Amino acid sequence: MSRYEIRLSGAGGQGMILAGIILAEAALKVDGLNVTQTQSYGPESRGGASRAEVVLNNGIIDYPKVITPDCLLCLTQAAFDKYGSELKEDGVMIVDQRIDISEAAEEVKDNILSLPIMKTATEDVGLTLTANIVVLGVISEIIGNTIPSKNIKEAIKNRVPEKTVEMNMKAFELGQKLKQ
Amino acid sequence: MAVDIYKYLREDKLPHIWCPGCGHGTILNSLVRAIDQTDIDPDKTVVVSGIGCSGRAPGYLKFDTLHTTHGRAIAFATGIKLANPELNVIVLTGDGDGSAIGGNHLIHGCRRNIDLTVILFNNQIYGMTGGQYSPMTPTGAVATTSPYGNIDQDFDLVDLTRSAGATFVARGATYNPRQMTKLYKEGLEHKGFSFIETLDQCPVNYGRKNNIGGPTEMLDWQKEHTVPASKWEKMPEEEKEGIFPLGVIHRKDDPESEYTARYQQIIDSFAKEDE
Amino acid sequence: MSKKEAVLLQGDLAVVEGGMAAGAEFFAGYPITPASEIAEGFARELPKVGGKFIQMEDELAGMACAIGGSLSGKKSITATSGPGFSLKQENLGLGIMIEAPVVVVDVQRVGPSTGLPTSPSQGDVMQAKWGTHGDHPIIALSPSSVKEAFDLTVKAFNFAEKYRQPVILLLDEIVGHMREKVILPDADEIEVWDRKRPPADADKENFNPYEWTDDLVPPMPDYGTGFRYHTTGLFHDKTGFPRGTTEDAKKLMDRMTAKIENNLDEIILYDEDIREDDNIVVLSYGSTARSAVSAVNEARENGLNAGWIKLKTIWPFAEEKVSKLAEKANKIIVPELNQGQLIREVERAAKGQAEVVGINRYDGTLIKPEHVLAEIEGVK
Repeated sequence: MSRYEIRLSGAGGQGMILAGIILAEAALKVDGLNVTQTQSYGPESRGGASRAEVVLNNGIIDYPKVITPDCLLCLTQAAFDKYGSELKEDGVMIVDQRIDISEAAEEVKDNILSLPIMKTATEDVGLTLTANIVVLGVISEIIGNTIPSKNIKEAIKNRVPEKTVEMNMKAFELGQKLKQ
Repeated sequence: MAVDIYKYLREDKLPHIWCPGCGHGTILNSLVRAIDQTDIDPDKTVVVSGIGCSGRAPGYLKFDTLHTTHGRAIAFATGIKLANPELNVIVLTGDGDGSAIGGNHLIHGCRRNIDLTVILFNNQIYGMTGGQYSPMTPTGAVATTSPYGNIDQDFDLVDLTRSAGATFVARGATYNPRQMTKLYKEGLEHKGFSFIETLDQCPVNYGRKNNIGGPTEMLDWQKEHTVPASKWEKMPEEEKEGIFPLGVIHRKDDPESEYTARYQQIIDSFAKEDE
Repeated sequence: MSKKEAVLLQGDLAVVEGGMAAGAEFFAGYPITPASEIAEGFARELPKVGGKFIQMEDELAGMACAIGGSLSGKKSITATSGPGFSLKQENLGLGIMIEAPVVVVDVQRVGPSTGLPTSPSQGDVMQAKWGTHGDHPIIALSPSSVKEAFDLTVKAFNFAEKYRQPVILLLDEIVGHMREKVILPDADEIEVWDRKRPPADADKENFNPYEWTDDLVPPMPDYGTGFRYHTTGLFHDKTGFPRGTTEDAKKLMDRMTAKIENNLDEIILYDEDIREDDNIVVLSYGSTARSAVSAVNEARENGLNAGWIKLKTIWPFAEEKVSKLAEKANKIIVPELNQGQLIREVERAAKGQAEVVGINRYDGTLIKPEHVLAEIEGVK
């Protein structure tokens, strides 16, 4: 594949950076695929703004950060307001259903996928903290075989506490269904 | 029995740079006598100092010696000791070097209880730079930077080091070199952080300016203002004012709580895993 | 970590991996964003191999303690970021003066002062050279990727040991915090150098710790091996003792300078891709090099004659190389995440033979490839 850029934005404590790391680790196992993962965050461990980026490319990745995302996630209103206007022409923007997108720029409006991510995590999985894993399910469906879903699942298993693997698998699969 | 102190000295570096009547030479003398009374290997002994008159002491001593930056001797010594716990590491520091610019390193050396022997030359003044007041200069004393009398409170490093976790704390005075030797010896043999403050005289920059007099009068002053620690304990509070207890003030023997020993336990836990 | 397998590795942790591969035995430091991961990594790894880690009470103690570890014969390292690097300068100076091998990592963040703690910068380039007072030699290396962070950490240890010299490893927050897919080399593929120690049968009684050897790097005994030698931050003669003479001061400065200057071919590391007809050269280092290479590739696709050089060694500066580039090129573009620091050296080396243009950002944001491309195209 040629260069593909993913930006995950939300609040500190929502696991954006972890989700970025999981995606990057899943990409490791794909032959010939290079990956960089970067982040930007404030002083808060919880709250504040948090942004993780993943760049995928079969060739060498020179510039390591996202220039204009092919896939953008905004999990909070603040993240949407800040990053919601930057998207490739054929890109996909995933936003949580609670986010007000009425002010979205014309050129990105049709690319917005508004999904009940937080609701799924809180109500269906039973733990708000799993929202980042629900997101990975959604992204898995969007990027398809670039990174096979089994790689992402494997990477999740390696990263989350052992006791929560089952719950996180459920979150991932519910995320996939949201997009299907 | 006569002690050949010269085997521990770099004779070609003598005479030393210290002024006539200075107590630093007495401290050096007591230190090498103390070393002679222990069974520590001179080849495995490192002496570290900071900046100031005391900083020059290691240069006269025939060991591995390191003259560092101002106040940092304990930080360097910590690296030397932790990297090779076999070494006996001695820190020679002054009251300005050890309690002002190096005060934080002193506190944390104590807190770690790392096996260093720290001898603080307390002449109550910055001597090398010409007599500015230090944190140990008594309130009211005259120094070049306190021409109208020192308004700072002086503080008690024995109390400080004890509270910070040093496991051997003592005070000596240059008027009593035999006791100094004994205290240094005990400090050297103690496994853990040893702190020995030594009351010392600077006739040129302190005694003269504060009307105490020359070296002899300054030693008399020490004698008049100190009592054995055992006696001090029993003195009523009001009599303690301006009097310094001498001798071993605090001692806790617990070699396992020493820092490098504790770190070794972590290393050993990995070695066991490999077995 | 099993080798030869692709791993996702963070730049800060690549410093840890590189350090361990180079034989690091001692770390002393103080926590600071964005370098704390390096301390955390060494805290985990060192005791496993009998090495030591210590968190000191402040940054200057971290520098002092690392030098102490080195004097005891251990390969030593400390790590920090700009505010801590400022504090380390005092004891870094002592390390230079006593010729202690030690690696000092600075993961640069935006300054001055507390600045932007989690954002990248290349603002410490001049501080790495001139931060501690007085003239002095210094080696500073700057990686642009996670793999280079590994490789240059090994180099930093090797140079420190070989030349008895503190070596600065200048990362920036991007390289420090970025994770990349890398394949690390096996141990047998990594060249590791150790310091030169005096022979066991040396005459310890008459040993001169700062002897003028042919390579100008005196053999260094470990403390505790019976040499009983003196070390001081004062100017000293070959015996290690100060005499307070102007003659000794000049002699020591000249030797310390020459031990580096005589070995520029080995120390100055760079990558380049400059074709015969390229008349525009982008000179960069650290994370900025990523944008430079990307921009040059795009410019070439657009038919422009552009090339790039990426300095891995910043200090000593590749003066001769840049001078030669300037003879041929019309324009040298120097993108930097500062107000223009290394560009001064480029201008000095170019001696007016080529136009030297900076692209500068100092707000915590990376220079994007498009900005470099615009500057390249400006020539057309």
